[in-house]
Amino acid sequence: MSKYYLSHNPERCVACEACEVQCKTHHDLSPGPNLCQIQRIEPEDSTDPLNQGFVFMPCFHCEEAACLHVCPTGAIRRREKDGIVYIESALCIGCKSCITACAWGACQWDPETKKAVKCDYCMDRLDEGLKPSCVTVCLTSCLDFVPADQLPERLSKHINQAAGHPEVVK
Amino acid sequence: MTTNITDDAQEMDGQLIPTMCGMCAVRCPIEVQVRDGKPVWLQGNTNVVAMGSSLCPKGAAGISFEQDDERPQQPMIRIGPRGSGQWRKVSWDEALDYIVERLNKIRKKCGGRAIALSDRGGPFIDLTKSFLKALGSPNYFDHDCSCGGNAHNASLSIFGVGRLGMAYDIANTKHIILYGRNIVESLQVMEVRAFMAALDAGAKCTYIDPRSTITAKYARRFWRIRPGADYALNQAIIHEILANKLYDKAFVDRWIEGLESLEQSVKTTTPEWAEKETGIPAQEIRDFVQEVAKDAPHVIFHPGWMTARHSQSFHVSRSTLIINALFGAIEVPGGLIFVKSPADVGGGNMKHLADAIPAVNEPRVDGAGSEHPQWDEEIGILHRLYETLRTGKPYKIGAYIAYRHDPLSGLSDPEAQKKAMESLDLLVSIDVNYSETAWQADVILPEATYLERSNILVQIPAPAPFFMIRQQVMKPRFDSRPAWWIFRELLRRMDLGQYMDFEDIEDIWRYQLQGTGVKIEELRKKGIVTVTDKPTLLDRDNGLRFGTASGKIEIISPNLMKAGLESLPAYRPLEPLPDGQFRLIFGKVAQLNHAQSTNNPLLAERVTDNPLWIHPEAAKKLGIANGDEIQIHSADQKVSSHAFVTEGIHPEAVYLLHGLGRTVKPQTRACNRGVADQRLQLGGLDRFDPAGGGLAMIETVVSIEKTKEKTV
Repeated sequence: MSKYYLSHNPERCVACEACEVQCKTHHDLSPGPNLCQIQRIEPEDSTDPLNQGFVFMPCFHCEEAACLHVCPTGAIRRREKDGIVYIESALCIGCKSCITACAWGACQWDPETKKAVKCDYCMDRLDEGLKPSCVTVCLTSCLDFVPADQLPERLSKHINQAAGHPEVVK
Repeated sequence: MTTNITDDAQEMDGQLIPTMCGMCAVRCPIEVQVRDGKPVWLQGNTNVVAMGSSLCPKGAAGISFEQDDERPQQPMIRIGPRGSGQWRKVSWDEALDYIVERLNKIRKKCGGRAIALSDRGGPFIDLTKSFLKALGSPNYFDHDCSCGGNAHNASLSIFGVGRLGMAYDIANTKHIILYGRNIVESLQVMEVRAFMAALDAGAKCTYIDPRSTITAKYARRFWRIRPGADYALNQAIIHEILANKLYDKAFVDRWIEGLESLEQSVKTTTPEWAEKETGIPAQEIRDFVQEVAKDAPHVIFHPGWMTARHSQSFHVSRSTLIINALFGAIEVPGGLIFVKSPADVGGGNMKHLADAIPAVNEPRVDGAGSEHPQWDEEIGILHRLYETLRTGKPYKIGAYIAYRHDPLSGLSDPEAQKKAMESLDLLVSIDVNYSETAWQADVILPEATYLERSNILVQIPAPAPFFMIRQQVMKPRFDSRPAWWIFRELLRRMDLGQYMDFEDIEDIWRYQLQGTGVKIEELRKKGIVTVTDKPTLLDRDNGLRFGTASGKIEIISPNLMKAGLESLPAYRPLEPLPDGQFRLIFGKVAQLNHAQSTNNPLLAERVTDNPLWIHPEAAKKLGIANGDEIQIHSADQKVSSHAFVTEGIHPEAVYLLHGLGRTVKPQTRACNRGVADQRLQLGGLDRFDPAGGGLAMIETVVSIEKTKEKTV
């Protein structure tokens, strides 16, 4: 897995989709693919948008990355230093194996280039000491990007409370 | 061409250049990174703490907008009938001369007053107002008759300052009450962030709307009110506050004029009475008033932004402001705070371009400020211009210039508007888009985009006032020009150039900044220059500056009296709904700025459709299931749509997202997609709130017919 954690606080998300738009702009994508997505989910017995929940879905950069295993040309790779799974576009032949293999819909089709695309955590930005596009512009700052061993306070609080250790909360 | 205006982009390749977003009328401070003359990255202006690097989706789609070719690329003169889409592409010289020749004819025959102009208001109106002033015309209009006009005039009638004369200290509030103010979707970046910060700090939100919006999700209390009954709710709230003496006695004694009249007006408006009108249980209203009183004065009853809803919307805003005053929520943290100009806090105010131009003494065609003293003449009431176009009264208007404004999308009943426009000798649209209005115009002048142009500087009055810049970051992609250049050129060609005698934008900026102590370089570098670091609060005992004649909060408004209108009218329910009919309400999502961004490549793919929301009970009666194809009937109009059957809407209302159903062919992503609610507002130009002037848009009544089962 990548050493990062892209966290989403659904209680502060307003599903504005600035994350999706900024991601697309940064990756120069035409209408079609969304490398990160706000999914709107609601209970089966409700037709009221009031009961919708918002789930943020980027790529998880899986340890056992199915996309990477099925890619016939080696276009999908993992960065040694931080575990980011990315596509070397020049090597992609557009066979769509990764799109079939990914259970999360992270690998998508770019109709413009006729190749597969996926989230790379904006590794060009990370290398400049910046955060991914989605996180940088998030309207409410409900997205956060941290090394996985430094969970955001909100989450460490949550986990500690769930584990029955409220005193651990700083 | 006469100047090198396209060459003033700063040589800052790769750096973040601060400027001002232009994707909607909020105009957030942003930073732009340009490489090889092209914008490659946009983010919030990180010099502004309240903004951070955040953007909204429209702001994030700014580069997509810039790269889009489906916008006017050079001046065009119409050659076919209006709206036929037959154009001749011309040079700027030819377009400007064409306009000037017609304007001069109109001026000669009817005087300068026969030229009207509308824009979407905001901080740049010094330019458009100066242009009209130089022509001798009083007929400037902003778009507020279809937006915040009721709230604005309500604020004037009670506080003596307009809607923007008070800021809302949302970040520090303990309870914010929103009447259909969908604060997280019809959004301003800094306001949403302040709202979330307040919730994080434990603030409560009460949200009142017939429809489930995303804001409703963030409310502790969501009242799904009957459409148009919000004034009844407020009367019951005031009744409860007074009956239980929950108001701030010291503040009320000191600042409110006319409490007895107010008491008299709400004698019978009990929560039980309001329950029948609003559908909100009486006990819940009682509990709410008790709860909010505990948090007073750090509470905000928001008087609304989009308030062109029904014919008592003015009094919804006005009674909301009265509640704030009763709770003493004025000039306190977490309440309403008077905005201050730079001069108020020890700085210097910017100079207006209009200062150097002689005053105009002609009456306005809409009667704002004269026949209708309750309507602010500074913003006008645009739907009355159409009455003038139809009747020629009180005098003829020969030319109408719509500057970055699309009344055919924003105001009711576009077909009636087009018909009225037939009497115009000249209709000009200055815009970055092919708007519906541009498509009807005689001449389209393409304005340079917000990334391609500099604007006049902006001074923002606020509790901590500041100056702000929009600076050009790239050369225009097409043959477009900035507004200051366009209006100056028009004046020069009418031999009125002395009223806007500036060579370039920095020349204007230097004039504006005289006496402010602020330097252009500073603004260019930071985007915003503040006058003070901290908000200034006036002395609440003796220093409040209400602009009313009495210097106090006036429950009885002299201007309303002069207009023959009551200051505290009884609640008047909307006309009863005939069986099988519904009130058509409308709204906004975060991804679209009304009709302005519907054709944006990256936004169009997010909002592909606007199905009609209808309640399951109502749908069942009509045999309509989710996804069924339907027709919406309004008078003799029929439009096709499909149903979204949802408990998220009041059973008496149906809802359409505004901004779709566009008809301009070159906007290939927007044209013929979805339904335009304003087309169903037939006769709507003459349905308005007489007190505030705002259109009564939700008084549109429609019926629904199922035409086809959903095809799977």
